Amino acid sequence: MIPVTLEHYLIVSGLLFSLGLAGVMTRRNALVVFMSLELMLNASNLALVAFSRFNGNLHGQVFVFFIITVAAAEVAVGLAIIVALFRRRQTVQVDEITSMRL
Amino acid sequence: MEDVSGLLWRVLAGPLSAAVVIWLLCHKSKFYADFGPVMERQAAAFIAIGFLAGSTMFAYWAFGAVRDGAVMENRSLYEFLSAGDLMVEINWSLDRLSGLMMMVVCGVSLCIMVYSIGYMEEDPGVNRFFAKLSFFVFSMLGVVLSGNFLMMFIFWELVGVSSYLLIGYWYERPSAADAGKKAFIVNRLGDFGFLLGILILWGITGEVDFVRVKNNLAAHPIDPNLLAVATVLIFCGAVGKSAQFPLHVWLPDAMEGPTPVSALIHAATMVAAGVYMLCRVSFLVFGSPVAMEIIAWTGGITALMAALIATQQNDIKRILAYSTLSQLGYMVMAVGLSNPAGSGYMPAMFHLSTHAFFKALLFLSAGSVIIALHHSEQDIWNMGGLLKKLPVTGACFAVGTLALCGFPFMSGFYSKEAILGLAHERNPQLYLLATVTAGLTAFYMFRCFFVAFLGKTRGEHAEKAKESHWVVLAPLVVLAVASICGGWFGIPEWLVENKAISAEHAPKSVMLAALAAFAIGAGAAAFLYARGATTDALNKLPVLSWVLRNKFFFDEIYMVLVKVGQGTLAWLCGFVDRWIIAGLAVRGLAATTRGAGQVLRLFQTGNVQTYALWFAAGATIILYCLVR
Repeated sequence: MIPVTLEHYLIVSGLLFSLGLAGVMTRRNALVVFMSLELMLNASNLALVAFSRFNGNLHGQVFVFFIITVAAAEVAVGLAIIVALFRRRQTVQVDEITSMRL
Repeated sequence: MEDVSGLLWRVLAGPLSAAVVIWLLCHKSKFYADFGPVMERQAAAFIAIGFLAGSTMFAYWAFGAVRDGAVMENRSLYEFLSAGDLMVEINWSLDRLSGLMMMVVCGVSLCIMVYSIGYMEEDPGVNRFFAKLSFFVFSMLGVVLSGNFLMMFIFWELVGVSSYLLIGYWYERPSAADAGKKAFIVNRLGDFGFLLGILILWGITGEVDFVRVKNNLAAHPIDPNLLAVATVLIFCGAVGKSAQFPLHVWLPDAMEGPTPVSALIHAATMVAAGVYMLCRVSFLVFGSPVAMEIIAWTGGITALMAALIATQQNDIKRILAYSTLSQLGYMVMAVGLSNPAGSGYMPAMFHLSTHAFFKALLFLSAGSVIIALHHSEQDIWNMGGLLKKLPVTGACFAVGTLALCGFPFMSGFYSKEAILGLAHERNPQLYLLATVTAGLTAFYMFRCFFVAFLGKTRGEHAEKAKESHWVVLAPLVVLAVASICGGWFGIPEWLVENKAISAEHAPKSVMLAALAAFAIGAGAAAFLYARGATTDALNKLPVLSWVLRNKFFFDEIYMVLVKVGQGTLAWLCGFVDRWIIAGLAVRGLAATTRGAGQVLRLFQTGNVQTYALWFAAGATIILYCLVR
């Protein structure tokens, strides 16, 4: 069996991050975009935890706690914005809420 | 030492207050209506003359103080301007030079103001005239009494402004307005050089005060070339103001002004300011032989050229104007030829003083003729026989002519002899030139006299001519006396205290040559014009008379120069402005900004995901740069 190294964690983390980025850029529904964003945050959390494990200290884990806390707050604000947006425009499709003239 | 500066303030304040009072009170010419018709018309004249008489009295006291040995130099009265190293004070220089000049200015101005009452009698703007004339006298006295370069320059410009105002006094005439502008602009050229010269001197010595510059130069001798450049630049001011070749073109046109103005400003005082200024800065001039050479030749060329042109002019005032040019050339030449160790600037100042009397006399006589001809005729060929109709005016004109031509024992005889003697001693070529000019002077002046005053009466105005009022004649007589006796007052002794030098006389041969020149000139004029000529005998020499009548085509040449030179320059400036500054710099900048904006606004789609893409791309690029 191949020993699990830092590289493996980082590859998984990178893949998750890329998936999240792709979702942010391509999905139309603001809620899905938001979920993809959470995916990107958790990808970085994974990388930080992996660093913490392999460096043998707790720095990375401290970061992760902060990120989880801030992300919770951010979700609250973000969802509130989306709800407000929906109330106003009756849609959460991001390509429909461009009102800027080209 | 007795306090002369108070006197000098009063001398200057007189004409200035006259100008202010006239301007404030007589502006609408209603103020004095209650005092009767004479006062209503002449109030301005009385105010101007009253104040000037007061000034003259104070000037005479100051003059007396100078005679008693009070020399006021380098006494700061008031700090006028202080900026960094530059410190300009108000200080007067009162010595024998400025004392003499002050008396000449006051005396001649007083005569001319009295005369103006008669000359300007019919003119509706007489208040304005006297206000401007008073203002001129103030500026001129300022030039004379200034104790430093900057003050002199300021008064110098004020004199230029009043000259402009007075030439264009009849501003409704386009020719007068143009002449005023021409005088002002041509003077600007010279003044530019003057200012540059002052700046160079200030740069070298750090001073603008005459005495301190002089002491500074004496203590630290500088590069003679630099000194020559500074002197020649300062001389440029005199070239403009004293109408020397090649900036002489404004003076004949300035005759568009009223005749008293021509007499006072463009013959007796202002144009002499250039010569006076050269004498005032004689410590510079005498220190630079190269500059003296240039000054002498400029003066000599002007003297000869103007005398040649004068022989073919027909307007009585223009003849006198060219004669003034010629005599100013004489004075400038005399400054250039001065013998610093001997008589100094005495010959130039001597001629300046006598010239002020007899040229003012000539102009005022011409003015009296013009009054008699109802201000409508100035061509000498339409006069003739005026001596019988205007005996006093004619006699005065004859006195002026004789004095100007250097008839023995008249004032001009002595001063011209001093200059010719100097030229004989210093520079043979210029001596020859000056003697020829003396002959020409006699020729054109007698031509004018013979044609205008003798022979048969020609023209309808001349038929009806009547002698002028005594207000006009009295100043003429006073000036005639001064013109006769001007050489006996002891002006040379006043200027040169060393009795041995002032008593020196030119060799007999010089005097004889001058008399011969006078005789030949006057004889030729008598031969050609005294026998009732009705047309100019020189018309038989068409080319010569054509060239002289057109004043050597100076105006035309300048016209072309201005057209070609200034036209090309203007075209070039226009090109640079239109295509390089406006086109490339201003519009180019605008177009670049606009274009950049056009491109950049494509990035602002309003779509969140596009922004996310740019953000990701940017983050990637930064990451790539950091990791690489």
